Amino acid sequence: MFATAARTTEKTNLRKAEFDHAPRLSGAEILIEALLREGVDTIFGFPGGALIGLYDCFYKNKQLRHLLVTHEQGGAHAADGYARATGKAGVVLVTSGPGATNTVTGIATAFMDSIPLIVLTGQVPSNMIGNDAFQEADILGITRPITKHSFLVRRVDELVETIRQAFHIATTGRPGPVLIDLPKDMLAARTAYFPAGEVDLRGYKPTVRGSLRQLRNAANFLQQAKKPVIYIGGGAILSNASAEVTEFARELNAPVTTTLLGIGAFPETDDLSLGMLGMHGTWYANKAVDECDLLIAIGARFDDRVTGNLEKFSPNSKKMQIDIDPSCIGKNVPVDLPIVGDVKSVLAELNTLIEKCDSEIWLKQVALWKKKHPLRYRKTADGLKPQQVIEELSKATNGEAIIAADVGQHQMWIAQWYKFTQPRSHLSSGGLGTMGFGVPAALGAKIGCPGRTVVGIVGDGGFQMTSMEIATAVRYQIPVKYIIINNGYLGMVRQWQQIFFDKRYSNTYLNPSNPDFKKLAESYGAFSLRVKNLDELHSAFKQMLAIDNRPVVLDVWVSPEENVFPMIPANGSFSDILEGEV
Amino acid sequence: MKHTINLLVENNVGSLLRIAGMFSGRGFNIDSISVGACEEEGLSRMTIVTRGDDEIIEQINKQLNKCINVIKVTDLTQEAFVHRELALIKVHATQAERPEIMQIVEVFRAKIIDLSPGALTIEATGSEDKVDAIISMLRPFGLKTVSRTGRVALKRDFQGNVN
Ligand SMILES: Cc1ncc(C[n+]2csc(CCOP(=O)(O)OP(=O)(O)O)c2C)c(N)n1
Ligand SMILES: [Mg+2]
Repeated sequence: MFATAARTTEKTNLRKAEFDHAPRLSGAEILIEALLREGVDTIFGFPGGALIGLYDCFYKNKQLRHLLVTHEQGGAHAADGYARATGKAGVVLVTSGPGATNTVTGIATAFMDSIPLIVLTGQVPSNMIGNDAFQEADILGITRPITKHSFLVRRVDELVETIRQAFHIATTGRPGPVLIDLPKDMLAARTAYFPAGEVDLRGYKPTVRGSLRQLRNAANFLQQAKKPVIYIGGGAILSNASAEVTEFARELNAPVTTTLLGIGAFPETDDLSLGMLGMHGTWYANKAVDECDLLIAIGARFDDRVTGNLEKFSPNSKKMQIDIDPSCIGKNVPVDLPIVGDVKSVLAELNTLIEKCDSEIWLKQVALWKKKHPLRYRKTADGLKPQQVIEELSKATNGEAIIAADVGQHQMWIAQWYKFTQPRSHLSSGGLGTMGFGVPAALGAKIGCPGRTVVGIVGDGGFQMTSMEIATAVRYQIPVKYIIINNGYLGMVRQWQQIFFDKRYSNTYLNPSNPDFKKLAESYGAFSLRVKNLDELHSAFKQMLAIDNRPVVLDVWVSPEENVFPMIPANGSFSDILEGEV
Repeated sequence: MKHTINLLVENNVGSLLRIAGMFSGRGFNIDSISVGACEEEGLSRMTIVTRGDDEIIEQINKQLNKCINVIKVTDLTQEAFVHRELALIKVHATQAERPEIMQIVEVFRAKIIDLSPGALTIEATGSEDKVDAIISMLRPFGLKTVSRTGRVALKRDFQGNVN
């Protein structure tokens, strides 16, 4: 940062006249100006001593919309949900010490899934840093391993450039959270304000375009495939490349499977779609990956939930990988043809170079697998199956809603049974698997995309980790919908206990201590219904989708011991796949 | 295999912590790390000695390149480079032992930089092997304190004669 400061001074000299005439603003006012310049319309925050001056500015300045969340973790997840749904950076503002530490889970969640997040933390005054002052925490130290970068503002005239750099770093290259620590005196001090110049960071120049030579090699490589599979990860969504991905798949005539985070990058209604792969992926996606001769990873990182046992993963294929982050290439699996670059840019160029490969026989084979081993579950006459709830919602919303998942069995059923057709519509904590993500992420997404139907689908366990954000939704009359898949268990853990620990259900049964979710939601001022059968479900969906002035919470009771299948046990391979009994 | 990596980094505590934290967080080895000012104001040069197979070293290089405040990463191992380490060694020395110690110091082209009634402080520079060797020669006299800088290294401009 000293280097940056030196360059800033240079610029400042050049613009001395400008500087002399610039208005004098406080750090807090400058912060708001700079955020508006970055195109920020909404921030999620929670006040405290270190930020009290800044909050006074929110009282006077109504241009920047500040939403008071209920817990800082919820604030971070809401900003994350906003970012996933809109593609813009999400911004969360919290006070020093406990406010800052409460965001840690949210930051780690965003970091693991490469979500652009700006975390603004209040800090004790500069001269008190390191003194164990009241509400002091070394938040830079605490969050260093879970941020893409972080800044401590040491001088108020650095503030503008710091904010510009933070947004640049968070939103370009492989995106990620960036934290700015704001000592109280930096927000109070006054200086000349003028907008930041262009960012030039010597140590940060992401490669966007693929090397032309590699692109030509790739075109050759692709044409030789007889049994190709395209494997799409979250990078395709982050780079807004779904149009290019779709064109690529059709040009090449190859089937497409997505990771949990890649869902929506390719329409699941397309014949070439194999749905999700990996631990709870479809039988046929995993079979195709197991048998293919060319695996094309696009913005995907060969995560262990996808590969299982690395030695047996897609054993007969050559691997091609496109990723903007060189450290993702060849990290887990050796790659025959790497291309470093932004997925959108690389595919746009590659699409002009390729032709259909000779995949007709392969596609027939894959279609046969799809027919013989579809996703399935057994319906019951009396109650509801969790899969059925998702399937019905997919129909009721025509696959066009934004769905924010929490973590557990219901998360996998969403990935399997909701037929996503658009990018930025399936929001799920993949890398960190954070229970408590769903409620605030849905809220953030609805705030970012007020015109879309947004449904948070959560487990009865995870709901209770951040259910207090219902209060936030009520406060601002946000018509976000929630569906609690109430199975009375920490279902995903119970499933493992059933399969691998002989049904010893240790500490996973939630009844009778679960609250009455309907009453809980109503006490916040949300509309709520309890649902126990298909008729009630249909009527509840109708009511839920019609309400547009407050949040809705459906408490949907489902059969308690349903399991997620197919399942490839951890570190297993395709031959270990469990299809479940149907 | 041992690798010597030279980094040009922004000169602040944050850089050092990010780099060191990346090594520990990802389970990479650090044999030594040394950092100080360099020819350009505001920047520092860091030398890290690490170990690992080719894949690990590749990851280390990539992860270092990913750090925003790292400006340049050079793995010197494939190139001709010079390197040195400096050690300060305080050793027990009675009057009677002094001549023998001084002889060792001379052989290793080290220097005595401080002298007190019961001890000598020696400055030794060279490869790690040489520093190891002088320390082991001095050990029998009783080492009081040893302080080593870790390796600092630079690429040779003339690359013709690789060691
Ligand atoms: C914060 C956090 N703690 C623990 C876990 C481990 N975990 C993963 S799934 C799960 C059960 C979730 O239960 P519930 O929310 O009811 O969803 P269900 O699996 O029943 O659909 C647990 C405890 C986690 N992912 N996140
Ligand atoms: Mg549950």
